[in-house]
Amino acid sequence: MDFILFGVTAAIALIGAVAMLLSRNAVHSALFLLMNFGAIAVLFLLLQSPFLFTIQLTVYAGAIMVLFLFVVMLLGAEQVEATPDRIAWQRPLSLLLGLGLLGVAVVAALRGEMAAAPPGGEAALNFGDPAQLGALLFTKYLLPFEITGVILLIAVVGVVVLNQRGRQKA
Amino acid sequence: MVPTSYYILLSAALFILGVLGVLLRRNAIVVFMSVELMLNAANLALVAFARQRLSVDGQVLVFFVITVAAAEVAVGLALLVAIFRTKQTADVDEVSTLRG
Repeated sequence: MDFILFGVTAAIALIGAVAMLLSRNAVHSALFLLMNFGAIAVLFLLLQSPFLFTIQLTVYAGAIMVLFLFVVMLLGAEQVEATPDRIAWQRPLSLLLGLGLLGVAVVAALRGEMAAAPPGGEAALNFGDPAQLGALLFTKYLLPFEITGVILLIAVVGVVVLNQRGRQKA
Repeated sequence: MVPTSYYILLSAALFILGVLGVLLRRNAIVVFMSVELMLNAANLALVAFARQRLSVDGQVLVFFVITVAAAEVAVGLALLVAIFRTKQTADVDEVSTLRG
């Protein structure tokens, strides 16, 4: 059962990623990426992390993708690649380098000791409980947690500063 | 349970697709989406390892990655809008003012 679910979800994730890469229209790209994010959220659920499943759906599939779609439609930048590529040799080289990186990644993934199935039983039963994660967030990771608050504040200020009009230096 | 290596292989494949997106596409917004795809692939690997080792720390790390990614997307898209306003294009090849 696990294997079937994993296979179907992984296929959806890969199809979404490839379609995002290949579609000419940026709106279609965004929607295929949304499909990919949904599939990854289901994989999080398969890996016993219901909290991250929720976060993935609300923050990534909800907030971030809506922002992307807004900007694509606001700019009208659906199709900007009509002109021929100025750096023509870049395409075959990047395909070659990408395949090389894939080879290295596959070797690295297969060499590790994670070919065995992850442990189950007593310890795995209450693993991934959101309460557990929350407790860790407010004890061991309290300082990083507060720093993310500052990062979000800086992002808000940065966006406002970057997008204000009519206050250029005279 | 599905072995962890399957998840790692899927994560590697998604990451490579993101890399190819950054290298091949010239629409700045699609390049940005590819970066998000790479972040997601790394998140998937982190969650898979957390499950393998039965340690919630990996999930906390993914939580932080998602938070920082949200901030990064907001600032990045604001930059794109600013570039579009001055250059009237979202093609990364056109944005070459710094080139000597």
